[in-house]
Amino acid sequence: MVSLNAYLMLGAVLFSIGAVGVFTQRNALIIYMCIELMLNAVNLTIIAFSRFLNNMDGHVFVFMIMTVAAAEAAVGLAIIISLFRNKATVNVDDINLSKG
Amino acid sequence: MQLLMFSILGFGAVLSALFMVTNKKAISAAMSLIVTMFCLAGLYVLLDAHLMAALQIIVYAGAIMVLFLFVIMLLNVEEKEGRPEGHTILLQFVAILLVGLVFLSMVNLVKVDGSMFSLGDAANPFGTTKAVGKLLFTEYLLPFEIASVLLLAAIVGAVILAKRRIDDSGSSENHSES
Repeated sequence: MVSLNAYLMLGAVLFSIGAVGVFTQRNALIIYMCIELMLNAVNLTIIAFSRFLNNMDGHVFVFMIMTVAAAEAAVGLAIIISLFRNKATVNVDDINLSKG
Repeated sequence: MQLLMFSILGFGAVLSALFMVTNKKAISAAMSLIVTMFCLAGLYVLLDAHLMAALQIIVYAGAIMVLFLFVIMLLNVEEKEGRPEGHTILLQFVAILLVGLVFLSMVNLVKVDGSMFSLGDAANPFGTTKAVGKLLFTEYLLPFEIASVLLLAAIVGAVILAKRRIDDSGSSENHSES
């Protein structure tokens, strides 16, 4: 049996990789993928805790997170499409509309 | 055996996540994110979360990533590439062989040690569809219904955001006519 700590470490590493990606990437689509990766890392942590506490409530939380992630992906990609229609770029450095 | 599976899947997830973060091309990043999600689904199976593993593949690797790929190809931000060169085709061939080898070894692993994954039964219903569904429709009924309303709002919002404005398209049509 793999220990709980191993799963938590793996989740933390994946979350950190996603966070680093959000700060280093300049492509809005890849930034969205990094956010999905962070959500997945949290899901892994929740499921690991759920298994080791022998309590299935965590599965329901992961189910809800997946729902929210799907809704977020649909709306976010629609925002990216309408941004691309207006500015013809997905580079976040070129999109500084609220900077004035 | 579980430790071996954990190491393989964990290293696969971390490596493909690193590849995604350091990549400049959106298509390659999306593909490596799909690999990460498959590895995570395998880890969910190790954690006896069978329904969540299936949902991970269907919802994340299936639905969300296909949406990402559609948007990437719709925006067409990649540089135009000509026909794939010789070494690209060779690389693709090697990749296909590697994927086949991985699947074969997986099947053999399960055959050798079938008791590694407990599929859940009446005595131990942890993580089965029935158990999670029962929890979802009794204790968590209200969040479930709210989630459905959230999805409806997301559908409406996505359509409104992504469609062309009616007056815009009408004015452009007028321009083209005049």
